[in-house]
Amino acid sequence: MSILEAVRIALGMIRAQKLKSFFSLIGAFIGVTFLIGVVTIVNGMDSYMKNDFAGKLFGVNTFTVRYRPFVQMGDVSQEQRREWRRRPRLYVADFLAVRDALDSRFLVTVESTNTVEAVVGARRSRSIEARGVSEDYFRIRRIDIAQGRVFSPQEVQHGANVVVIGSEVAERFFEGLDPVGRSIRVADFPYRIVGVAESVGRVFGISLDRFVIAPYTSQIKRAVNPHLVVDGIIVRAQDIPSMREGQTQVEALMRSRRHLRPNQANNFHFETADDVLSFWSNISRILYTALPAIVGISLVVGGIVIMNIMLMAVAERTREIGIRKALGARRRDIRRQFLVETATLSTVGAGAGIVTGILLANLVDALTPLPATVSLGSIILAVLLGVGVGVISGVYPASRAARLDPIAALRYE
Amino acid sequence: MSGNHILIRTTALARNYEMGTETVHALRGVDLEIRRGEYVAIMGPSGSGKSTLMNLVGCLDTPSAGQYWLNGVEVSQMSDDELARIRNKEIGFVFQTFNLLPRATALHNVELPLIYGGLKAKDRRDRASAALDAVGLADRVLHKPAELSGGQRQRVAIARALVTDPSILLADEPTGNLDSTTSEDIMKVFADLNERRSQTIVMVTHEHDIAAHARRVVTLHDGVISSDRAQAA
Repeated sequence: MSILEAVRIALGMIRAQKLKSFFSLIGAFIGVTFLIGVVTIVNGMDSYMKNDFAGKLFGVNTFTVRYRPFVQMGDVSQEQRREWRRRPRLYVADFLAVRDALDSRFLVTVESTNTVEAVVGARRSRSIEARGVSEDYFRIRRIDIAQGRVFSPQEVQHGANVVVIGSEVAERFFEGLDPVGRSIRVADFPYRIVGVAESVGRVFGISLDRFVIAPYTSQIKRAVNPHLVVDGIIVRAQDIPSMREGQTQVEALMRSRRHLRPNQANNFHFETADDVLSFWSNISRILYTALPAIVGISLVVGGIVIMNIMLMAVAERTREIGIRKALGARRRDIRRQFLVETATLSTVGAGAGIVTGILLANLVDALTPLPATVSLGSIILAVLLGVGVGVISGVYPASRAARLDPIAALRYE
Repeated sequence: MSGNHILIRTTALARNYEMGTETVHALRGVDLEIRRGEYVAIMGPSGSGKSTLMNLVGCLDTPSAGQYWLNGVEVSQMSDDELARIRNKEIGFVFQTFNLLPRATALHNVELPLIYGGLKAKDRRDRASAALDAVGLADRVLHKPAELSGGQRQRVAIARALVTDPSILLADEPTGNLDSTTSEDIMKVFADLNERRSQTIVMVTHEHDIAAHARRVVTLHDGVISSDRAQAA
């Protein structure tokens, strides 16, 4: 009997026993759906982290000097925490020294932030991010101005109380009005709005547009940090090699400013997009390790379901098997018939799983910020697994069927 | 081949079944010769061993002792798959309960043995249609068993048995589920096959009026042949 013949028999059987077929293909279906769905989502998160998250929050070719890590990733020992607490803070003087030390290929700014209250007339909001920065901040962070202008080096020098506000702040306080030239109270001091930034968007659903940016020399300094202390010194280079070069220069400068001996470790911290990405790659590695296990479980369960249903089918069709044997079917013919049947069932199940998996991925794409694209690799893997499990779980029922005694099978009622 | 060519020869054919601790001797040494073109009825009360003999002759079972030559080939020691091949090529079964596949059309049912014989789809269809035509069911080709009468179903089964052009037509109580008129019809088909095509027929039955259609009646009692006589058609 040819494979084609067996497939035809199998398809006929699936048509004839729709409900039973549905249950036996649900195993392969769930496994494949799950695999495609999860792989797609994790892939989506991966490209999101690499392209969007790291770029938006940290910027490319950019490093930040902090006195200790801003984002703590992974396990941090008690000892490490104590060491961090003992570290000296960064000061405005450090920023000025770094800026003077680096040549014109670099842009340097300072950044200090805090969450503060802002008031305009009767409207107020407690969760506005106030940033104290220097004039190059806008170029480093690539913040474009929608209305008005950024503040000038002179305004930074004189500590003018001027602000650039985020688009969400503009909408909240000045809906339908032009905010430029108006006044806003930030942490109890009045500021003149000189510009409104273009919307940056959202990361993980959190708005990046709820900020006010003022010169670090303005009154904002009282709201964000102790006197003369700054959170970070941000350096942007033209490309990766010059970024490395700049980092080396800044490291040497900071070590000498802090009088560190060669055997002493840095008591300050460099933060780059790579840190975040390496943290993410740890997470994604865990996900990619756990994924096969989860998919494996669903496939094993699916395989057991298929096996049971096929055993039932063999029992139900004992007489048919007897007839086929009496008419000359060899063991391998019967075995092949049932194997092809499970393979066909699981292929159909896997096919339905692909469709559902892609739908799921598109749903995630539409409803969340994650970009979800289904990779061909995950489809191929899913199909191989789905069909493989189907065939493997069909082996035992099929060989039971093949071993049936024709006389007993013919007598079976 | 000559008319007296021996098709079936058994010597001291025995079959025991283990039933728990007891051994049941269903056949206790049967010596039987059937020549090509014979029409033999095997009779006997229930428990006489006629079904066991039928299964052995039909290569569905292997004997516990003794030999069985089919068409000059010893089949008593063959493996499962070899027996399957013999069943496919040499034997056409007709059962009391028809044993058609309920979901398949008459045509597909008749095609079945040809599928296992490895014929191409077109040849199968041609031969199956011809076989159905020969039993007078040319207009029922695409009907399923449930849409056919008992007599028609048994005709489909006969077409299926003959489609491979087997050496023996082996019928197990072929009229057991049919009324007397239909039974007569089927017996006419058998007689016709035997006379016109010299088809060898071995038929197990417990009904004397059905056995009367055969040219030779072999009677079994307690697993041995108690009588073997020829009779006029």
